[in-house]
Amino acid sequence: MQERGERVIDLKPEQLKRDNGVQPGYELPPQREVAKAPGANGAHGLRVSNLNAWFGNFQAIRDVSVQMKPGAITALIGPSGSGKSTFLRCLNRMHEAVPGARAAGEVVLDGENILGSRVDPVLVRRRIGMVFQRPNPFPTKSIFENVAAGLRIQGAPRSVVAERVERSLRQTALWDEVKDKLNAGGTDLSGGQQQRLCIARALAIEPEIILMDEPASALDPIATLKIEDLMVKLRERYTLVIVTHNMQQAARVSDYTGVFMTSINAAGTDRTGELVEFGETRQIFTNPVDPRTEAYITGRIG
Amino acid sequence: MSGLMQADAPPGTWQMSARRLRSRRVTDRLMRGLIWLSIMLAVVPLLFILGWIALKGAGAINLDLFTQLPGPPDDPHTGFANGIVGTLILVGIASVISVPVGIGAGIYLSEFGGSKTNIAIRFATDVLVGVPSITIGVFVYTLMVRPMGSFSAIAGGVALSLVMIPLIVRSTEEMLKLVPQAIREAALALGAPVWRTVLRYALPMALPGVITGILLAMARAAGETAPLLFTALGNNQWSAGLDQPVAALTLQVYFGAQSAYEVQKQQAWAGALVLVALVFITSVLARLAVRRAHARTR
Repeated sequence: MQERGERVIDLKPEQLKRDNGVQPGYELPPQREVAKAPGANGAHGLRVSNLNAWFGNFQAIRDVSVQMKPGAITALIGPSGSGKSTFLRCLNRMHEAVPGARAAGEVVLDGENILGSRVDPVLVRRRIGMVFQRPNPFPTKSIFENVAAGLRIQGAPRSVVAERVERSLRQTALWDEVKDKLNAGGTDLSGGQQQRLCIARALAIEPEIILMDEPASALDPIATLKIEDLMVKLRERYTLVIVTHNMQQAARVSDYTGVFMTSINAAGTDRTGELVEFGETRQIFTNPVDPRTEAYITGRIG
Repeated sequence: MSGLMQADAPPGTWQMSARRLRSRRVTDRLMRGLIWLSIMLAVVPLLFILGWIALKGAGAINLDLFTQLPGPPDDPHTGFANGIVGTLILVGIASVISVPVGIGAGIYLSEFGGSKTNIAIRFATDVLVGVPSITIGVFVYTLMVRPMGSFSAIAGGVALSLVMIPLIVRSTEEMLKLVPQAIREAALALGAPVWRTVLRYALPMALPGVITGILLAMARAAGETAPLLFTALGNNQWSAGLDQPVAALTLQVYFGAQSAYEVQKQQAWAGALVLVALVFITSVLARLAVRRAHARTR
């Protein structure tokens, strides 16, 4: 369904409808001011320069340089295997959790290169949260304990835990749905609720940046819409970076868009992901500079 | 029945012939039959052994067995109370040693370690599983009983722990490998250090399986006789201390079954039954406990 969805370009306006800004083709977010660094609520951006990442001898991404604006939503789109997920996982050092994986280059948060060898990945991940493609609540833990998990890891006092759990569940619009069954298992919820639970779990430790790896691709359209609403709500308070296969989604929610492509060397032996274009979402979808971007968003590549 | 399959084929399309369909059904039945046969072959000996022990042992069961010490070989008012306690002591000592070591090594194999060290460790545990248990007994005799100058419960426990460790290592590793990587990633992404991710998130999910593995290892240890012959030795009295020889149910069954006296032969049957019951009850209780613990955390 997803694969096909990417290729459909002439969606009916009502399918894309949010607010009133309906346009033919892709609906674009209203023009808005994006805060200058650091963000309005202290959220920092991320500056990436010359990022390379490998799995063993295989180079997954090459020389990616880009700036994530604070308090904005940056969407990363591109065909499967173009390295956008790998790129995302480098941003909070989850990439290296895979055996044999390594990354080199600079990812600067608040003046510090988080890829530096002296930097503790644990501390990076507390400031840069992550939501995964498939909802992954802890099956042995209750709804409450799922959201509280990050706070427990940091040893937060009980009063703080209770308050933050409620606030995170309210932020993700889950509170009313689960407030009477906080002790039920996290996996007893529906798929969409589980994903919002995972977002609440990430929010509870108050990160500055939230990375989302295709957060809605395992969900039905209604649940997807809720997640998208949530992203827009979280904008400005947090810096969001979202990998998506769904170009309508990128167009609807993001302020900036980066396009990844697989580049193949002349011999055809080497495939590596590269960032071919980055800019304001409006520009990417209406007036792309790179011909590959245009081909991709009109459904001719991918 | 085949009419249903044959009815509406549009003209010109290929269809499986009725004969072929029939032969497939026959093959299907045949295979099912063979699978049933294998199940029976696997289960029947078990039921037979259990039934035979129950039959022979039940008649010999009486209260004295559980309260009295062994005495004159023809005295029916004797028992193996010290053997039951001794087996519990021996398996207890063995578990105290092997559970932490086994779980630790299992975690290492599943979560850490380069592939080369892992291959070496796995090979070592496989060899240890295959070592004849009498060898383990002699090994511990040389290493502990001789230097300490006495057969002892400690030496028996150490010998049994060598039986248990490889079983616990492998079952812990297998169970941890079944925990989805997504769970570990979720914890890591929340800023959990690796040790905490493993101990607080991955291990609890694997716990039912890990405990089952420990129980199987305990059952194996409780049923061992050979490693105890040179270590715990056996004892007709209550255990006088962990550094002294101790009785064990298996040893009593072993010696009782060789006895010329009918009373002792009967007691050996009863001992076998008690041993089986002990293992069965422990495993049921532990499983219930795990289930309850899980229900609570949810």
